[in-house]
Amino acid sequence: MAAIVRYNLLTKPQFAAALPAALQLRLQSTQAPPPGTPPPQTKTKFGPLADEDRIFTNLYGRHDWRLKGAQKRGDWYKTKEIVLKGPDWIINEIKTSGLRGRGGAGFPSGMKWSFMNKPGDGRPKYLVVNADEGEPGTCKDREIMRHDPHKLVEGCLIAGRAMGAQAAYIYIRGEFYNEASNMQLAIAEAYQAGLIGKDACGSGYNFDVFMHRGAGAYICGEETALIESLEGKQGKPRLKPPFPADVGLFGCPTTVTNVETVAVAPTICRRGGNWFASFGRTRNSGTKLFNISGHVNTPCTVEEEMSIPLKELIERHCGGVIGGWDNLLGVIPGGSSTPIIPRKVCDDVIMDFDGLIAAQTSLGTAAIIVMDKSTDVIKAIARLISFYKHESCGQCTPCREGIGWMNKIMTRFVKGDAQPSEIDMLWEISKQIEGHTICALGDGAAWPVQGLIRHFRPEIEKRMQQHAQQSKRVTN
Amino acid sequence: MFANLLRLYQLPRLVLQALPSRALCASEPRFKLDACNIYEKLKFEFDEENKKQAEFLMCSYPEAERRAALLPLLDLAQRQHGWLPITAIQTVAEMLKLEPFIVWEVANFYTMFNLRPTGKLSLKICLTTPCRLRGCEEIMLTCENMLKLKDDETSDDMQFSLNASSGMGACVNEPVIAVNDDLYEDLDVLETEKLLSELKLGKMPPASQCRDRFASEPRSGLTSLLMEPTPAGYGMQELYSKLKPC
Repeated sequence: MAAIVRYNLLTKPQFAAALPAALQLRLQSTQAPPPGTPPPQTKTKFGPLADEDRIFTNLYGRHDWRLKGAQKRGDWYKTKEIVLKGPDWIINEIKTSGLRGRGGAGFPSGMKWSFMNKPGDGRPKYLVVNADEGEPGTCKDREIMRHDPHKLVEGCLIAGRAMGAQAAYIYIRGEFYNEASNMQLAIAEAYQAGLIGKDACGSGYNFDVFMHRGAGAYICGEETALIESLEGKQGKPRLKPPFPADVGLFGCPTTVTNVETVAVAPTICRRGGNWFASFGRTRNSGTKLFNISGHVNTPCTVEEEMSIPLKELIERHCGGVIGGWDNLLGVIPGGSSTPIIPRKVCDDVIMDFDGLIAAQTSLGTAAIIVMDKSTDVIKAIARLISFYKHESCGQCTPCREGIGWMNKIMTRFVKGDAQPSEIDMLWEISKQIEGHTICALGDGAAWPVQGLIRHFRPEIEKRMQQHAQQSKRVTN
Repeated sequence: MFANLLRLYQLPRLVLQALPSRALCASEPRFKLDACNIYEKLKFEFDEENKKQAEFLMCSYPEAERRAALLPLLDLAQRQHGWLPITAIQTVAEMLKLEPFIVWEVANFYTMFNLRPTGKLSLKICLTTPCRLRGCEEIMLTCENMLKLKDDETSDDMQFSLNASSGMGACVNEPVIAVNDDLYEDLDVLETEKLLSELKLGKMPPASQCRDRFASEPRSGLTSLLMEPTPAGYGMQELYSKLKPC
């Protein structure tokens, strides 16, 4: 599950800190920007990304993924020096880079990591890497774990150092057995080479990395459910607060971050936050792995610059939509839990956090599902809802019952066996689920339905009319 | 108490999943177990190698938090026995000093733990929207026809079980079939038929190999990463390191 965090769950100081940097700048326009502010973006055209600026250079597994090959490509290069620079330097570098969490919520990573740097109370701190990638459409972390595992192991060390953590747990989904064994091998190699473990990289810092395999539950991608699952319990999300940064894994301060966020950290530290911030628009900076699946000629995973236009991304890397751009019906831009956008929005939408929020959807995990005109869009969304119904953990009533109702209504909508007034009922149910549950799975189930009603209402009504006419003919 | 447990573990499928295809499965259980001698029939103990493995797994967690090893241990037990009988749950519970019921509760929550026997090869086919767009329904039909099984059924010789699944995490390479731990990607009907006939002969073709491309690259040829990877230290910023140990 994508790490969707609601901003309304943040405490006040956290929220103030999370306010857009631009807004803060306006508030204190007479002063110089505080350290860790990304440099202003001067570019106006984004993408394509040059090959020498790619972070994941072994994305397709064409090169050796073991330690030797990874070192040749620049992993573990001067890691000791970076670790010795200390937490403040690393966090400042991440803040300058403007990196936002890659798991779906897009929370500024530098800030999230700095929450851990409170004076210690004797409890150990943990870094938990969320590799429970289960969102339909998303498959970016898999490529990192099987083809660039050392980037992740090194990222764990650097992120762990920034937080003062003593160990990292990589929670990988159970279905990824081969990916997990690659990961395990990479960890073992790093231990043998003295890169992690006691006196990691010869820096005097002790850091352990462990791997934990899940057992097949989408909900365990939610950060508190993941912690519960890691503790050997049922993966049911916890109430927040207390936030994991206060009480997390085994009751200790914990930060849960996505694989991609951790894996890009070493490269940011090496090439500098300013380099990373030079890609993409302000507040959306960096490079990002995009998964493009569905009705495109050549589905692929590709690393691109943020803020690249959707159309350019599809035409450049995926050989265009099947049957040409005019054959496009709609796109789900960020994994199954984000609302669908129709073709006229796709024409000039920009693939970044702000650009997609402006289009009433969300970047999510940047898993783009393309649908051409042959798609039965109602059926496609209905299938997603049945997925969410299956994966709801059953703790909160709105989610457990509401998604069941939505599923029943959607199943009838597929046939058209419903009244037009029920569309508004469905909208109302989705609004009652959204924001009334412990975790964001309810929101994730409500949004696709809302997107469908927002953009494809005539389609639903047309099908109802057809069904009504047909049944009239049968009764006559 | 354990007779109750047994009744409970049969309950969910009988009551909650009374769909036609599943009701058939539920009304004629292939494994009639007598609650009285279940412990004799389903005796479970970790073998020597797995005992060592279990010790190793438990070492990954702090001393006071051994419970965290629950999922890995259940997984280990399932790998040894093929599925998770109630006796395996009890063994794991004893190892971690937990109530058996708590362990059962956890095992029941996660979909990867089979609380009843499954086939030697478990085929899972992703049927979520991204896969549907690439024609996974035909793949499912092919599997159903060739194995003469419906969704959620196991063959009589206990060789194959077929499950519709969702979200395999390989959406760019779909349609995919997962056979136990291995993923077979970029399938079409012909490929699926070839795969199934090989599986029927007892062969496991190499997994994770896509037909005409490396992993998740575009099929028509690379559009990125055309040059050799940048060497170590490329574009590295100056690190004025004050070498002071942590």
